[in-house]
Amino acid sequence: MNLVFETVADASAPLARRNPVAKLGAALLFTLPLVVTLDPVTPGLALAVELAVLPLFGVRLRVLARRAWPLLVAAGGVLLSMLLFAADHSGDLLFSVGPLDVTTGVLSAAAGLILRIFAVALPGIVVFATTDPTDLADALVQNAKAPARFAIGALAAFRLLPLLGQEWRMLTLARRARGVDAGYHPVARLRLFASTGFALLVGALRRGVRLAVAMDARGFDAGTPRTYARVQHFTRADTALVAGAGLTCATILTVTIALGLFRPIIG
Amino acid sequence: MGEVQLRGFGWRHAGRRAWAVRGLDLQIRHGERVLLLGPSGAGKSTLLAALAGLLPEDSGEAEGTIEIDGLEPRKARDRTGILFQDPQTQLVMARSGDDVAFGCENRGVPAGDIWPRVSDALDRVGFPYPINRPTAALSGGEAQRLALAGVIALRPGLLLLDEPTANLDPAGATLIREAIARAAGPDTTLIVVEHRVAEVLPLVDRVVVIEPGGGVRADGAPELVFAAYGDKLADEGVWVPGFRATPRKATVAATADLVRTEQATVAGRLPPVSLAVGAGEVLAVTGPNGAGKSTLALLLGGLLAPSAGRVTAFGDKRPPHKWRAATLTQRIGSVFQNPEHQFVTARVADELALGPRRLGRSPGEVGRIVDELLHRLRLDRLAAANPYTLSGGEARRLSVATALATAPRLLVLDEPTFGQDRRTWLELVALLAELRDEGHGIVAVTHDADFTRTLADRNLALGEAAPDPLPRRLRP
Amino acid sequence: MTTKSTNPNRWRTIDIVIASVIAVAFGVIFWAWDAVWAATENAFLFFPPAQAILYGMWFLPAVLSGLIIRKPGAAFFTETVAAIISALLGNKWGATVIIQGAAQGLGAELAFALFRYRVFTLPTGLLAGFLAGLVAAVFDWYVWTYTYALWNYRVPYALFTVVSATVLAGAGAWLLVRALAPTGVLDRFEAGRERALI
Repeated sequence: MNLVFETVADASAPLARRNPVAKLGAALLFTLPLVVTLDPVTPGLALAVELAVLPLFGVRLRVLARRAWPLLVAAGGVLLSMLLFAADHSGDLLFSVGPLDVTTGVLSAAAGLILRIFAVALPGIVVFATTDPTDLADALVQNAKAPARFAIGALAAFRLLPLLGQEWRMLTLARRARGVDAGYHPVARLRLFASTGFALLVGALRRGVRLAVAMDARGFDAGTPRTYARVQHFTRADTALVAGAGLTCATILTVTIALGLFRPIIG
Repeated sequence: MGEVQLRGFGWRHAGRRAWAVRGLDLQIRHGERVLLLGPSGAGKSTLLAALAGLLPEDSGEAEGTIEIDGLEPRKARDRTGILFQDPQTQLVMARSGDDVAFGCENRGVPAGDIWPRVSDALDRVGFPYPINRPTAALSGGEAQRLALAGVIALRPGLLLLDEPTANLDPAGATLIREAIARAAGPDTTLIVVEHRVAEVLPLVDRVVVIEPGGGVRADGAPELVFAAYGDKLADEGVWVPGFRATPRKATVAATADLVRTEQATVAGRLPPVSLAVGAGEVLAVTGPNGAGKSTLALLLGGLLAPSAGRVTAFGDKRPPHKWRAATLTQRIGSVFQNPEHQFVTARVADELALGPRRLGRSPGEVGRIVDELLHRLRLDRLAAANPYTLSGGEARRLSVATALATAPRLLVLDEPTFGQDRRTWLELVALLAELRDEGHGIVAVTHDADFTRTLADRNLALGEAAPDPLPRRLRP
Repeated sequence: MTTKSTNPNRWRTIDIVIASVIAVAFGVIFWAWDAVWAATENAFLFFPPAQAILYGMWFLPAVLSGLIIRKPGAAFFTETVAAIISALLGNKWGATVIIQGAAQGLGAELAFALFRYRVFTLPTGLLAGFLAGLVAAVFDWYVWTYTYALWNYRVPYALFTVVSATVLAGAGAWLLVRALAPTGVLDRFEAGRERALI
């Protein structure tokens, strides 16, 4: 197992270069309405828009597909459980497998849900694939007025992530060396997992304590107002990105309402 | 600037009965270079933390006074800088330059002054890469140099070094000592804690020895202090200069092979290796970082599968990595570099009982094994302690003991003497020599030239480092 | 300096870093769990809502952080950071996990607030897990499971979610603190000092 990040995008593409806060805001603004309505048309339209702007983020499709494959698995799972547990069995009967009736109603409900999963997930995947964690923390502090100590503290801890990934590997090997293995017994595997997780947590907390002391030694808690070595700008282009996301999503919702398909989740 | 004054200073950590340091009277003048010595547990690190203003009021109890330039250390924090052992828990940012800038940002250095300070600090420590080098792609020695740059970028008058080379291999340690010598100008007061004394002597002009029970035992020029107290310090575990251990080599030739590899390879981590280890010998595996030493240890320990070539052991047709864990522990015992990786229970005694118990030994037999090992490795007093609370030397002894509990004939150790004081070192060497003479085969991966010289019967030097093993880009 | 030590609710550096480290460590643990989770999907195929039995694990960092840090915002902060980390690692649910994580964190936070950040016993932990699970169940009820059969799927799914959160996250976090304290890594926290002098 390897916990390694790979670059899936060209960082210099026009939208990939935008301020992280603007990108995150745009993604949230764009996906929020998708969680508001239940019809299949809204996510369909949204997904079409998302795929159309992909090149502007410099996202390489092949790598994106590799990153999004768990979504395909999830989609398969949704289809299966919808066949088993759909609420709505109306529409024409297409075929039956044993006690299961597969109707057009079931299929369209499943399609709507799967489209929604994709439409909601894609913007987030694209934004985080094109955003450096340091830039994100800087922008959150400088442009979104997030508290600096918390943003930088979280960023410092984030640096431990690949280190802890390697640690997990060593802990797994060390358990075998101690004569602890689980074979295929599920309860034994669960216990082994818990024991490895506990050891990881102890090591992580110990590192965290040392890291906090080292940060204070370099004045992290000095109380003097911080200066910023790296400046994040929120430009007109960033405002335009957020406004564009809002407008597009309003347009999609208007179309859905005009077509009489809008189905709010509550009510 | 950088003047230190202690009067009857003491500190006790919350939750402890004993004082970490006590009754210290000490004066250190501007520009002095002091080596702080004392046996493990004498409170050297606590004293450095106190000087750095890093002991929070709510974390313990103080007595006496401690002052830097007449100020309480917490108020003098912008005059002091401290470098710790482990570079990985000192680096904060993902890019090298950003990490050096981190301290300047905290102290409110104007944005325009930060980058010139960063490049000045990086030059002074001899950092060889551009400022956007990912900190995750640095070796231990490079990362520690970067951490030092982060400290001196704040231009401290008092520079505190807490075992700055203890986590590094010899090559990395040399680089750091050179960087310290270059970075600390004549206006900087220097206080170093380091138990490998010979290597840091060129950096210091005064030695202070603190007494575990409290107070200062000796204070003066290095030659004078070592002439008067060298033997006592050596007994207490300090690596005083001029120490040479008596070699303990095998007296009889090794017998039948326990493990054998034929062109065994791990893709990207270990070039093909052919070797054999017999009963009754110690094989030392040496070589630079990145040559695959630890990977070889995992391979011989039956913990990793070779990607090509063969590993055979104990006449078994199946290779060790396919054995059940219980079978493995009866034949091969592995001791990892970090003992804590191998702890799985909440008590020292349970830790020792685990292996034999999983082999189905009777409770009586398990009890006998545990008692014998507790005694042999001087852990009796700690039987009920939580393994994670042990000191470095105790944790190392426990990890060796757990490997011995299932009586394997082959022992594979990764850097067994790393970071150990002289006393634990001597104990380990004596124990391993005994085990070898009892007929165990021992493989030790090591950077420690003294260890190889003293104990190893054969030496396998793995080749040059694979070209640049890391820079897979670590960003999403 | 004096203002710092007199305000018990002010976050020290170590509070911020440890709260974040808990999120990061669980990021790694969840990543390793994926191997097991993928396997359980097959085991639960006969009744998919039962998958929610393991759902509660995702709220462990929130409750654990609340029990260790003991400051207003700890549960919320940790669960939000955990969600951002999973988004950075390429989580399949996209940016909405951040909203979801923050909401679940607020759920756990509410429990600690109800006890006015003074009681950190098992019942507090259970309530924190329960409330986090409740938020998740409500979110999923409206957003993700609406097209499913009510009694055969949605209701058991929601119930499993809440029960799992109470047991795995609530009781689990409390047990974890009890196991972590003797290792000494919590010595800088009230939660770690509740042991005998050594």
